[in-house]
Amino acid sequence: MIPVLLAGTAVLLALALAGAVMKGPGRALYAAASLVAFLSACLALISLPARPETLVLPLGLPWLGWHFRLDPLSALFLFVVDLGAAASSLFAIGYGRHEADPGRVLPFFPLFLASLQLVVLAADAFSFLFSWELMSLASWALVLAQHRDRESIRAGYVYLVMAVLSGLALLLCFGLLASAAGSYAFAAMRLAHPAPGLAVLALLLALIGAGAKAGLVPLHAWLPLAHPAAPSQVSALMSGVMTKVAVYAFLRIAFGLLPVPPGWAGLLVLALGGITSVLGVLYALMQHDLKRLLAYHTVENIGIIFIGIGLAMVFRAAGGEEAAAALALTAALFHVLNHSLFKSLLFFGAGAVDRATGTRDMERGGGLIHRMPQTAFFFLIGCAAISALPPLNGFVSEWLTFQAILLGPGLPAWGPKIIIPVAGALLALAASLAAACFVKAFGITFLGRPRSREAAEAAETDSFSLSAMGVLATLCFLAGIFPAAVINAFAPVSHALLGVAMPAQSHLPWGTIIPVAAARSSYDGSAIFLLILAVTVLAIAGARRLAAHAVRRAPAWDCGFPDPHPVTQYTASSFAEPIRRVFGPVLFGAASIVRMPPPGATAPAQIRSVLHDRLWELFYDPLATGVARLAEAANHLQFLTIRRYLFFVFAALVMLLFSLALFQ
Amino acid sequence: MGLGFDIAHMLAGLMVLASLLLLYQDRLTALINVLRLHGFILALAVAWQAHIQSAPELFVSAAIALLVKALVIPGALDRIVERLGIHRNVETVGGIGLTMFAGMALVALSLRVMLPVTAAADPVSRQDIALALSVVLIGLLIMVTRRNALGQVAGFLSLENGIDLAAAGARGMPLVVELSVAFSVLIAFIVIGIFLFRIRERFDTIDLAALESFRGERR
Amino acid sequence: MMGAVAIEALQMAFVLLAAPGLVGIVRAVEARFLRREGPPLIQPYRQLARLLGKEVVLAHNASWLFRTAPYLILALTWVAASVVPTFSTHIVFARLGDLIVITALLGAARFVLALAGLDIGTSFGGIGASREVMFASLAEPAMLMIVVTLAITAGSTQLSSIAAFMLSPVLGLRISLALALVALVIVALAENGRIPVDNPATHLELTMVHEAMVLEYSGRHLAMIELAAALKLLLMISLIVCIFFPFGLGGTGAAGFLLGLASYAAKLGIAAVLLGIFEVSLAKMRVFRVPELLGAGLMLGLLATLLLYVSRSL
Repeated sequence: MIPVLLAGTAVLLALALAGAVMKGPGRALYAAASLVAFLSACLALISLPARPETLVLPLGLPWLGWHFRLDPLSALFLFVVDLGAAASSLFAIGYGRHEADPGRVLPFFPLFLASLQLVVLAADAFSFLFSWELMSLASWALVLAQHRDRESIRAGYVYLVMAVLSGLALLLCFGLLASAAGSYAFAAMRLAHPAPGLAVLALLLALIGAGAKAGLVPLHAWLPLAHPAAPSQVSALMSGVMTKVAVYAFLRIAFGLLPVPPGWAGLLVLALGGITSVLGVLYALMQHDLKRLLAYHTVENIGIIFIGIGLAMVFRAAGGEEAAAALALTAALFHVLNHSLFKSLLFFGAGAVDRATGTRDMERGGGLIHRMPQTAFFFLIGCAAISALPPLNGFVSEWLTFQAILLGPGLPAWGPKIIIPVAGALLALAASLAAACFVKAFGITFLGRPRSREAAEAAETDSFSLSAMGVLATLCFLAGIFPAAVINAFAPVSHALLGVAMPAQSHLPWGTIIPVAAARSSYDGSAIFLLILAVTVLAIAGARRLAAHAVRRAPAWDCGFPDPHPVTQYTASSFAEPIRRVFGPVLFGAASIVRMPPPGATAPAQIRSVLHDRLWELFYDPLATGVARLAEAANHLQFLTIRRYLFFVFAALVMLLFSLALFQ
Repeated sequence: MGLGFDIAHMLAGLMVLASLLLLYQDRLTALINVLRLHGFILALAVAWQAHIQSAPELFVSAAIALLVKALVIPGALDRIVERLGIHRNVETVGGIGLTMFAGMALVALSLRVMLPVTAAADPVSRQDIALALSVVLIGLLIMVTRRNALGQVAGFLSLENGIDLAAAGARGMPLVVELSVAFSVLIAFIVIGIFLFRIRERFDTIDLAALESFRGERR
Repeated sequence: MMGAVAIEALQMAFVLLAAPGLVGIVRAVEARFLRREGPPLIQPYRQLARLLGKEVVLAHNASWLFRTAPYLILALTWVAASVVPTFSTHIVFARLGDLIVITALLGAARFVLALAGLDIGTSFGGIGASREVMFASLAEPAMLMIVVTLAITAGSTQLSSIAAFMLSPVLGLRISLALALVALVIVALAENGRIPVDNPATHLELTMVHEAMVLEYSGRHLAMIELAAALKLLLMISLIVCIFFPFGLGGTGAAGFLLGLASYAAKLGIAAVLLGIFEVSLAKMRVFRVPELLGAGLMLGLLATLLLYVSRSL
């Protein structure tokens, strides 16, 4: 299977070369990329339950070669990657014609796709890191596609810094692993037994490296800057797929290459995940740029995924709790799939709105449900799915995560006993805030009356974009009502990483899933859906039979004081005001400054709300000033005489020799 | 394990709950009422311990608790509030959510610390001591977060109630100790009461910020 | 199996028909305590019939979402109610979902309602929707902490298993369950917009929440929403009753079901009277005091979980 997959990657690389010389919007290129990605997705799905296979190509480092391996974990993530890639390429066939300067997107887009595939298939440290950096650079180039925009330049800069940090952490992590194994190949690392301290250090480095790429708080700062800056098909890929590749990297190292880490490491991951999910969604609620809101939401969902992973690590470390670990891991993987589906869908919708109205600012939207009915419908499905509403897919994965959390208090140790329920509270808080956030995102953008001329005159987007959204919405729906099939498909991955999997769900009637025991909990997505459908039809039919049929259109009632001006509607900021008032003062130092002129004065009243990004102030600003100071201090080294420079070289040499003598 | 344990557990849990209520409450008169409730539950808890341990001297402790902590001191506090004319005052406690969360974290911490340490003891005293420690810690938290001298007094008294609860649970604390503790609390209370009036006379408020600025402290 | 289906159908019909009556009892009790004559008990039914007979007045810019929302809200609430064992634990739909699923179905109904509130683009709809989601953002975590407490105690989130555990003699006296009960009552008050969180009897007041969202509805749409609101009240009461007072629930055979039905009806009546008394004796809170109340509910849930660790399992 690997050679066929690599042939697909080669086609993508060839497309990247073609893109460099191509003129025009590149519809053929996107169509070809979509086809290749779709075929690889199919192949990945087929090889998910298959035995692992390996391949070594004489590329890369001369004595090492380029190792590839396709096992259940990489097959699953390859499927997620290629599904997202196929959908965004399909979207881009239509969307790409809006691109002002396609020459800045076309070469890098297939390159980005190819690098994503290569990361997932890599089976040695060199090829992994090479593909990883290729992925970072290609996406960085895409972030800078609108290079005249000041915001984009800043986003690109911050992204580059964080990508370097992430690459560096992973480089050190693999260095530690290779030193214990004596080889850069993953196969050798898997067999090695690194010292416990070394293993923990490697795990923490992996957490930093993968966390910085995935957007784990406090390393998330680049994500809401960079993801919205790119063209929408790329935003969808970065948010929906690239963050998942980071999750893959962490899973690969923590579960595949390292020995079982201690329980506190799992608790650390769990706590970081919980904090990330709540902070991510609170930041998202404060945004009024639609794409930035979605990017912050990615941070939240990464938090939820890491809650699942952390739980799996805790249960695994506890010993004898492998079934619970399998449940938590399956929940995390399920959420990986779900998030890649609905986040891509939502970014497509945001892109369509952006092109139709010329702005991503929700405060200038409104009423689009009338002008763009199909986009609105698909976006609504995405909103409901990401808000974890039954019977859609987001609910299933969060429900599974919660079932795993409920097993936590049964552990004997006191740390997990106390921290796991708190993580449950954080997860519940994040889920309910996410619903609030997407009521806001959909309600302000698509409902109400248009707040600007552009929104009033918006037109429905093209059919390629719509079909990409339609496919993803359908998948969200199917994964929601047939969760048992998805869970069964994940069983090989869980087997490969933990040795056990969740009990097979296929023999159960309908779509019932029973994670632990029937008396404990069960959920039946398809029956719930059918029941909702039947009861809705019943209610409508009942109303048809019993009620008066007359419908009269009239001006809005609004308690008798209808105000025709759309400015009187709730805006994105005013919708979030109650929540800002509850959570803001502590977390964001939020304050409202009201200036009310005295009675009779003609000056307008003003209200201004102030938000502080505390994390940025506490974490990044001191770091930046520290680096600047250090650079300042080192600056005068540039203006020394040649004799001094020679002295430094000489001193360094002597110091080296001295330390050698000392520690030998 | 049976009803005896259940009731002991319930009373100790109620004391923790009352402590959290103290932490939450920002009206002075209501604060004193919660303090009265706190003392009352303490008396009940000590009496129940006396009953299940068959230790008659603990009934004396319970009576002292009922008399001093549920009746005399809250009554005196009421009078102080009335005489100072601050019964309508609402103390502004900044960030109630955060404070409450800190209180919960303290409960979790004391369970985490106490339960493994006392693994050998019998369950009744184990849960009693663990919950008593959380009452003590929340009392300290109240004293730290309150800006008003009266609020601090409430925190101090609830802290002392927690010590009493632990003593009752830990079988065999001599009555003499109990008596002397109760006595010293009474003394401390009188001293504090006098100080309140002195502070008020001098600064026209019992908000501690006035004292801090007088000493030239930075907030 | 057929028997179970029949019971399920009976339950679904019963809850739908009983819900307006429950509202009628609450209103009658409140009226009596205010020394008013009050409307007759069947007034809510009459009102629904009247609304169904009226024409629908739609705002000019109402979308398809606005027109389908009432049916969806009713359906989601009704499906949630069909999963709760009200008078028998032997209902077929019990395995469709657990307590978390019920919470999520109610959350879905609220999601649709809040969107419908924003659809016309009036400031009242916006104020209602934004406050509703703010309340929900604290009420749902509180609810899930209650679930955690119950799951630790009973080893299940399935309502029928929880009810069976509560009926068993190993229960004993646990303060955690008392705390969970208080928290659940707080959540139920907030979910249904009752005093002190919201006042279901007001209009044209800036503090209203639920009524502000449904301000633009009329005719059969409003009837659906009112019915859904009544159903939700019945659902939350049924939840409390099923979890904490499951007496008469486990019976089998015709006699057992009749006993279950009778005790369920009696429990509903008592709950309605208590709710009425509670509401007349309290004032509505300021909107921004409500988060403190809900936060207290959340804290109670957490405390209940912590206290469980020092309870009998010690």
